Amino acid sequence: MKRIDNFTVKSVEKLTSDIYKTLLSGDTSAVTAPGQFVNIAVDGFYLRRPISVCDVEGDELTVVYRTVGGGTERLSNYLPGDTVSVVSGLGNGFNTERNISSPLLIGGGVGVPPLVLLAKALYKKGLRPKALLGFRNASDVILTDELGKYCDVYVATEDGSFGHKGFVTGLLGEAGGDYIYACGPEPMLKAILSASELPAELSFESRMACGMGACLTCTCHTTSGARRICSDGPVFEREDIIWTQR
Amino acid sequence: MDTKVSLCGLTLDNPLIPASGTFGYGYEYSDFYDINILGSLSIKGTTLNDRYGNEGIRVAETASGMLNSVGLQNHGVDYVIEKEFPRMREVFKKPAVANISGFSVEEYVAVAEKFDACDEIGILEINVSCPNVHSGGIAFGTDPSAAATVTEAVKKAVKKPVVMKLSPNVTDIAAIAKACENAGADGICLINTLKGVRIDMNRRRPLLGNVTGGLSGPAVFPVALAMIWSVYKTCSIPIIGCGGVTTASDVIEMMMAGATAVEVGAANLVNPAACKDIIEALPSVMKKYKIDRLSDIIGAAHREDK
Ligand SMILES: Cc1cc2nc3c(=O)[nH]c(=O)nc-3n(C[C@H](O)[C@H](O)[C@H](O)COP(=O)(O)OP(=O)(O)OC[C@H]3O[C@@H](n4cnc5c(N)ncnc54)[C@H](O)[C@@H]3O)c2cc1C
Ligand SMILES: Cc1cc2nc3c(=O)[nH]c(=O)nc-3n(C[C@H](O)[C@H](O)[C@H](O)COP(=O)(O)O)c2cc1C
Ligand code: FES
Repeated sequence: MKRIDNFTVKSVEKLTSDIYKTLLSGDTSAVTAPGQFVNIAVDGFYLRRPISVCDVEGDELTVVYRTVGGGTERLSNYLPGDTVSVVSGLGNGFNTERNISSPLLIGGGVGVPPLVLLAKALYKKGLRPKALLGFRNASDVILTDELGKYCDVYVATEDGSFGHKGFVTGLLGEAGGDYIYACGPEPMLKAILSASELPAELSFESRMACGMGACLTCTCHTTSGARRICSDGPVFEREDIIWTQR
Repeated sequence: MDTKVSLCGLTLDNPLIPASGTFGYGYEYSDFYDINILGSLSIKGTTLNDRYGNEGIRVAETASGMLNSVGLQNHGVDYVIEKEFPRMREVFKKPAVANISGFSVEEYVAVAEKFDACDEIGILEINVSCPNVHSGGIAFGTDPSAAATVTEAVKKAVKKPVVMKLSPNVTDIAAIAKACENAGADGICLINTLKGVRIDMNRRRPLLGNVTGGLSGPAVFPVALAMIWSVYKTCSIPIIGCGGVTTASDVIEMMMAGATAVEVGAANLVNPAACKDIIEALPSVMKKYKIDRLSDIIGAAHREDK
């Protein structure tokens, strides 16, 4: 069940030079799976901005995002007490009901946030996932403490300023694991599938308008035909994926 | 207060109709409200065969609006009737509007005939105005005689009322509307989207995969009003107004310009409860403008000149 509600901004925290964490409070009942997203209306912009749910606790919902343009910039400027309109309960999310024992959670950059709620869900089921995280450099590293509560965390940075030097796929060899959950830029997702034969589900992005399945602006090709990233996804299993230029 | 309007022989509880392509088949919205409060709803544009639509990025934000270049993605008329209509029926009990597209006169007729046989459908809305498919659709909407040919062929083949949905990307929309009226159209819907382009400055390439897209949202509202105004002056068949409607007062303004019913498009995408909010606000806005019966104000702004 999807919902539209006003949420109150509780806090806005600057995590890196351009990544922010915003804590919102409101009715979070529509969030039913990790990997789902919310569509947030930002003052002065016509379309909502889709952002993954990073964490949910009671009536508090956390989003973590990079300021890449006007909308995310404006979102980062909201003050505690401000109200934002949020459409929640969007997307299929990750499937945590699988019969697996050693999940790998792989994230790159602002693909890391949804892994927090995922790690928490898997941890609650008695699993101890491994999180393999890729960032550009040490000052870009986010959410390792949060993930550390539920996972063993391994970090790679492109310049080697923190953890393993290179891409996150460089961590795959030693990680073992029997299942992959991943979220990040498409080149990273593609590299993961080339580097590993493990069964995997990957979270994708697309430009969106409604975010709820009505407008067909987020369509992608899959092995089972045209699918909406917002509502049939954003998470697709590796067998579903057809790589195209987007 | 009376919000009923009568449109091509159908009585609508209110003039609100979510516009084609922005409301799916209704059921995507039933999480947000009981969609039976709507006057009607217009389904996604349907062609004879399955279409993926355009490749690449299909949406771009603009000041007070958006460009889309979906390109008529749909599963084809048979799938829509077999698979989508039963799901639509679960949440929407009133007659819906079937939005129809084609790449030839024969295709328009074939799709229209199939929807004509469906109890779920009250009105056939013939889209001769999609700016997002090359070679098709819009080719029939930019020339009065081509628009008349489609109108006549469809009218001959069906029993249900036929509304022609026109493109604003033309020199004289009133001439095209008049040609459709003369060819037997029961109503005119306007406007579809206005052609636009955005550039991705990082890539130094057009942002949309299709290069051009259709502009909709509040930015087009006054353009829609101008076209409704001129078609109201030229034609006597009812007009379904469309373009940029966001509030109850927009609905009333559009009706005063000449619309009998009003379609709401992009607003549903940014506020899934947009039509509900509008319907709930109508009585208070009617009161503000001293309107007892909504149908009284259709074309009211033309009083002095008509
Ligand atoms: C399902 C989903 C989950 C996401 N989760 C996160 C997250 O947790 N953290 C995070 O930092 N980012 C996330 N994004 C990306 C985020 O939506 C964009 O960075 C954001 O919309 C950019 O808005 P802007 O106004 O700052 O940028 P602008 O470039 O000015 O935006 C212009 C338009 O393009 C759209 N757009 C631009 N970049 C993207 C993009 N990468 N993906 C989708 N739409 C885009 C905007 O929504 C807007 O409509 C997610 C995207 C999707 C689809
Ligand atoms: C995403 C999207 C898809 C659309 N698809 C169709 C379509 O299939 N058939 C059609 O006749 N119009 C289509 N339209 C046009 C709308 O029905 C409407 O005419 C237009 O958007 C103007 O109204 P608005 O400003 O309220 O959105 C589409 C519009 C959007 C935004
Ligand atoms: S964004 Fe509208 S269908 Fe996916």
